Amino acid sequence: MQILQILWDRRDFFLTCLAEHIRISLTAIICAGISGILAGILISRHKKLAGVVLGIINVIYTIPSISLLGFLIPFTGIGNKTAVIALTVYGLLPIVRNTYTGLTNVDAGILEVAEGLGADRKQQLLGIRLPLALPVIISGFRNMVVMIIAMGGIASFIGAGGLGVAIYRGITTYNMTLTAAGSVLIALLALFCDRLLSAAEKRVNRRYGIE
Amino acid sequence: MSKVIEIRNVTAAYGENEVLRQVSMTVNQGEFIVIIGPSGCGKTTLLKMINGLVAPAEGEVLVHGELLTECNPVAMRRRIGYAVQGARLFPHLTVEDNICYVPGLTRKLAKEEKHILTGKMLNMVQLPVELAGRFPRQLSGGQKQRVGIARAMAAEPDILLMDEPFGAVDEITRKGLQEELLSLQKRMGITIIFITHDIGEAFKLGSRILIMKDGGILQEGTKEELLKNPKDAFVRQLLLR
Repeated sequence: MQILQILWDRRDFFLTCLAEHIRISLTAIICAGISGILAGILISRHKKLAGVVLGIINVIYTIPSISLLGFLIPFTGIGNKTAVIALTVYGLLPIVRNTYTGLTNVDAGILEVAEGLGADRKQQLLGIRLPLALPVIISGFRNMVVMIIAMGGIASFIGAGGLGVAIYRGITTYNMTLTAAGSVLIALLALFCDRLLSAAEKRVNRRYGIE
Repeated sequence: MSKVIEIRNVTAAYGENEVLRQVSMTVNQGEFIVIIGPSGCGKTTLLKMINGLVAPAEGEVLVHGELLTECNPVAMRRRIGYAVQGARLFPHLTVEDNICYVPGLTRKLAKEEKHILTGKMLNMVQLPVELAGRFPRQLSGGQKQRVGIARAMAAEPDILLMDEPFGAVDEITRKGLQEELLSLQKRMGITIIFITHDIGEAFKLGSRILIMKDGGILQEGTKEELLKNPKDAFVRQLLLR
């Protein structure tokens, strides 16, 4: 009840934070999405590279998010830019891994038929492998989006905007309601995006006959 | 009769395992060659050599008088039809898009053109045109196999390679498919190389039958020649089945 009250009373503040949160997350999602899918495609072609790249991304993933933000400050300073970089790096793991898994698990028999019928490598990738890997890639993408939105809450600790500002301000001023309101909004945003992508995933799966 | 395919002394190996040793064969225009032999005898490898999916360790393969190593394998494959067991249709494409796959590799087809081609091909393999919009998972095994043949034939190849294409369908459907394939081959005058492990199928379809064993061609000939003069006990045993 208190949360609803504070959300209404300070709606301008929350709206600004929400918009900022969406902007930062979306930038990171686009960066991580594009580079992650490209990296996944690349390592699916070079098996040796795959181990190395996935290893590095795995290690980065184990660094606590708050310390990753700290590490970045000397290089990129504080603010939104650093936040976007950190979120992008974190978001890479699910999308790279799923793109790689999806592409390498495509039925070898089907690929061989495509090759035997005269598809060149690009046609095999764009026409057969990527579409067949799509369900797995989308599920990685969904994972990534939820993670980036949730982690975006910490970005305000290094001076970035977003709903983390509300959480942080609530903590420093002993205003638990403010912290809770910010958290609830992040959770709702993440849930909403998750639902949206889950619907997309279901549509693709239905088309492919995976129920 | 002109030679369409020539295979000269090819050898193939997967690691230590030699799957083909010094195999030679010649295929003439319009022949229906059936290759038969037990699993692991190298028949699939031999077939894949013709469309360059497997490269020989030694020896050479000529298609239409051209050395495979000297021509563009992608362009060459588009002129050779390829159908395999279980059809292996592309699950994310409709029947129409599966059938139009090979022509679509070289140029973008207009909608009208795709409809016409699909109608023609479905008609050829005796399937109703209504199936065009369906996905492979909505088809029966026999229908899939027919679409697989339609896909292989859509770019009007003059050579058709078939690797146990009727292996996964029931007896009655198989009989029908065999009849259709025979009449299709007579109508179009194409050269077919067909793998099976069923001697009845080999006798029914093959204008010439190649018996393979342990990576080599043991004996070849027409049904009558083989029945009259089986080379050894293995061939006799095979012919009896």
